[in-house]
Amino acid sequence: MELGPYETSIAAGAEGAAAAMAMRIVAEAGRLLGAPRLIEIGSVHVDGCLYHGDSGVHFVEKLVADGGQVQVPTTLNVGALDLLHPERVRGDTHFRDMARRLMDAHLALGCTQSFTCAPYQTGHRPGLGEHVAWGESNAVAFANSVLGARTNRCGDFLDICAGIAGRAPYCGLHLDENRAARAVVRTDTLSFALKDTDAFYPVLGAWLGATFGETVAVMDGLPFGLSDDRLKAVAAGAASTGAIGLFHIAGVTPEAPTVDTACGGVMPETEIALTFDMVRETRDRLSTVDGNRIDAVAVGSPHFSRDEFSVLAKLSKDRKFAVPFFACTGRDVLSALENSDDFSVLKSAGIEFVADTCVVVAPILPESGDVLMTNSAKFAHYGPANTGFDVVYGSLSDCVESAVTGTVVRDETIWR
Amino acid sequence: MAMTLRGEVLIDGAADGPLFRMAKPISFWGGIDPKSGRVTDPRHPDYGASIAGSVLALSETIGSSSSSAVMLELIAIGQAPRALLLGRPDAILTLGVVVAREMGVGSIPVLRVPVERLPTSGLARIREGGEISFAS
Repeated sequence: MELGPYETSIAAGAEGAAAAMAMRIVAEAGRLLGAPRLIEIGSVHVDGCLYHGDSGVHFVEKLVADGGQVQVPTTLNVGALDLLHPERVRGDTHFRDMARRLMDAHLALGCTQSFTCAPYQTGHRPGLGEHVAWGESNAVAFANSVLGARTNRCGDFLDICAGIAGRAPYCGLHLDENRAARAVVRTDTLSFALKDTDAFYPVLGAWLGATFGETVAVMDGLPFGLSDDRLKAVAAGAASTGAIGLFHIAGVTPEAPTVDTACGGVMPETEIALTFDMVRETRDRLSTVDGNRIDAVAVGSPHFSRDEFSVLAKLSKDRKFAVPFFACTGRDVLSALENSDDFSVLKSAGIEFVADTCVVVAPILPESGDVLMTNSAKFAHYGPANTGFDVVYGSLSDCVESAVTGTVVRDETIWR
Repeated sequence: MAMTLRGEVLIDGAADGPLFRMAKPISFWGGIDPKSGRVTDPRHPDYGASIAGSVLALSETIGSSSSSAVMLELIAIGQAPRALLLGRPDAILTLGVVVAREMGVGSIPVLRVPVERLPTSGLARIREGGEISFAS
């Protein structure tokens, strides 16, 4: 691991103590990963503004106190509070105070007040081949796979330090040779109808992550022109059940015009035909309970896009929910939504908007409930451990119908 | 039966404790309680066990990039494993240790080892420089 002259001078304190600590930590990360050097980056997405304990707050406040400022455009992932609806998140004074301090400290470092896990749907879209340093596993997978930008999965702390240093370790997914697919997934035995169903894509992601861990795979036989919302569902599922930082879809994602190109001209190590039974088994694993009653519904992991709200508004028109229905999103999407007809439809149906955070990272779900229904593989994966709720997975339409009756309503005809 | 091997030092240090070789990889965020070190993911085979005070062996790091913050917090409050033995290079959990060291709240040794060759239980002792011995 060798630092260039500029990096060495920063690490030695030429721009102050915060820049020095940030550069040292980025260099340490480079050493741990076996990187020969650092690389200049174009942007950062910081996952570290979610409160996990006082130690993380002290770290970021130290960067502020020592004069730290980000050197590249830097967006923020969710915090532990909904700053737009402060009553939404329960918590004692200490929790609220520390969670707020952590969010504020990141703003003081010059980060953008985005507070979303889908920054790529509110304008933060690095270009093909651009080196960046992103945190938040779904955003990393989206940036690499869908945008063709280049980032490793930056843990908390590395992300903000990379922003301050303007550098990231040059290794892993920054390099051509690690971006080629080693596995091929054929999907041609699956029906076109299934592949044209939104609820298939979180399941596909969950299967990909559980099957491949961190191996780069290329999927073939999926419809051209897949929407960003379907692609983000794959990214979020794959990065929850596994450590997928990059996947390719032939004819869809930018580094995979064909399967052969995605494989870099090298014979893949594995080839798997994804069968309907595998899809159904993965779908079933996303639910932890078999009962009938639900206590709440949550959607928006990753954060709901404006388009997803339009679909939800169509499904919710003139409906009334029997259980709380939470829709998590970023403040930018919410403000774009607020002046629309969709917003009044969603409001009158009783949708509860959650901004800046989400129901799985902050205490928002009803204290008395036991079962949460969701259309998100990520909520389904993390929900039980983080909220104590069992989960039921279903399509967005299933979620709406179930919320109306308070019992699980599932359209099984989409799964064939 | 005693067994000794040398790990690649990611963070140097000495430690000993009961070996806890996890049955499956885990995401520290969403899988480990940052207040106690207990495994909170009900779908994980080690659900309910605690990593605090163990020599923790993991074949790979999966899941959330917030796991660094959970690692730092566990060290800061004294509920961390005494050492990490990792099957793959990792800058998520290990970076939590790096930041703990920068903040002066503590450090633990982190070594890269072929996790599949380790015993599944017993005691592990790590010496500075990367030598690890196991005893049943």
